[in-house]
Amino acid sequence: MQALTHQSIAVNRKPMTFWERLYLINIIKGMMITFSHMFKKQPTIRYPEQKREFSPVFRGLHVLNRDEEGREKCTACGLCAVACPAEAITMEAAERMEGEENLYKEEKYAAKYEINMLRCIFCGLCEEACPKDAIYLSETFAPANYTRKGFIYDKNDLLIPNPITSAAAYEQAKGVQA
Amino acid sequence: MTLHSFDWALVIEKLILIIIIVLTTLLITLYTTFGERKVAAILQDRPGPNRVGPFGLFQPLADGLKLIMKEEIIPTAASKWLFILGPGLAMTASLMTSAVIPWSTDLHLFGRTIALQVADVNIGILYVFAVVSMSVYGIMIGGWASNNKFSLMSALRAASQAISYEIAMGLALIALLMTTGTLSLKTIVADQVSGHWWNVVYQPLGFIIFFICAMAECNRTPFDLPEAENELNFGYHQEYSSMKLGFYLFAEYVNMIMSSAIMASMYFGGYDLPFFDESTVAPNIAAMIGIGTLLIKIVLFVFLFMWIRWTIPRFRYDQLMNLGWKTMIPLALFNMLLTGALILAKL
Repeated sequence: MQALTHQSIAVNRKPMTFWERLYLINIIKGMMITFSHMFKKQPTIRYPEQKREFSPVFRGLHVLNRDEEGREKCTACGLCAVACPAEAITMEAAERMEGEENLYKEEKYAAKYEINMLRCIFCGLCEEACPKDAIYLSETFAPANYTRKGFIYDKNDLLIPNPITSAAAYEQAKGVQA
Repeated sequence: MTLHSFDWALVIEKLILIIIIVLTTLLITLYTTFGERKVAAILQDRPGPNRVGPFGLFQPLADGLKLIMKEEIIPTAASKWLFILGPGLAMTASLMTSAVIPWSTDLHLFGRTIALQVADVNIGILYVFAVVSMSVYGIMIGGWASNNKFSLMSALRAASQAISYEIAMGLALIALLMTTGTLSLKTIVADQVSGHWWNVVYQPLGFIIFFICAMAECNRTPFDLPEAENELNFGYHQEYSSMKLGFYLFAEYVNMIMSSAIMASMYFGGYDLPFFDESTVAPNIAAMIGIGTLLIKIVLFVFLFMWIRWTIPRFRYDQLMNLGWKTMIPLALFNMLLTGALILAKL
């Protein structure tokens, strides 16, 4: 039979020599190997104190953005929901009323905006689809939860803090990359 | 002998010594479990337990607390008294070995000479042997009383393993006794202190045999077949919970420390610090140096035990028996004959 690769090695079926059958020498060899590992660098990251850095293209939890005056950017056009391959995004649109100009940037806004984090595959297509820069993926990930319901994030969970009234929280939520 | 003429101070002295030895042994054992985990971690490029206290030093206390707080479960079909007796027996047997180990030279306190050895029996090594073979009863009774097939199987394994390896161990010891000419551990150590070489120089093969058998007696990897998880679930302590399980696990570590102490005493000069003349310092300081030396030797042996555990995988059962009966016993017999021939030739 022709060999598929050149990497195969024939099994060594030679009977063991006396020194091999003694085992002691091979055991000592093995012990030397384990001993040498005492001086190796540990790859462990001591998690809560030390954190592994995310890659610069990391796509984490979604954030619904606001403009400089603290108005919601989302117009509930539904392009993100269309773009979403996992069908994780649901929204309901509403019309901006008189006197709500300081809340919403455009005439139309999302009254309800939900992302199911169990369905979401964090591909970032919603971010690419958005014409208003209203949604982007941040540098955190969804924390564990006790129920499936807890993974359906609504507008309160997604919306970034207001840059005017709570500037510090806004800066933190914005992250380094945004 | 009337009660009045009885040396009560001796009784008190021995009692204090026993309490100190037992408590110290338990404390060291506590930290041996921690050491085991740390050694395992370091050999596997991990940090090991490091959360409880500085460097994880309180981890054994947390473990002990956890074991005590766990629910005590006694299976309804178990033989209740034997079920409770098992772990107690295992622990007692392993602690009893400490009675004949000479920890150091005599202390001189309050105008008395205090021997740092609970009992200098002239058949010290035979006593050790008797007690060590007792420890298999702890496993046997525990395994049998659990009323569980796997536990029983593992108890049978433990018993046959202990019997097979005790023969080779005894034969290795006979060769040692032929060179020392005494059974008393105190005399054996004292001869090594005053003599030129430690016994391991005269009995290298005997030491290797004794060491392997000691490992088998302690049920340590590669001889931990009674606990083989992959075929016996958990072994003889499968039905045990809470501190009774803790006693079994603890007894293994006490066994390890005790066999380390005995190996250090018999083959590695006991409390003898090499290249150091004890008579140049005050007797009490010499005794303290002796204790420290013996403890360091014990720690080194315990480390060797752990190092081997985290290097070699477990034997298969037939391999274990092959090694015991077809290799260790003939080797030990050969060693005995060789020693006898050499002694005769020297004469």
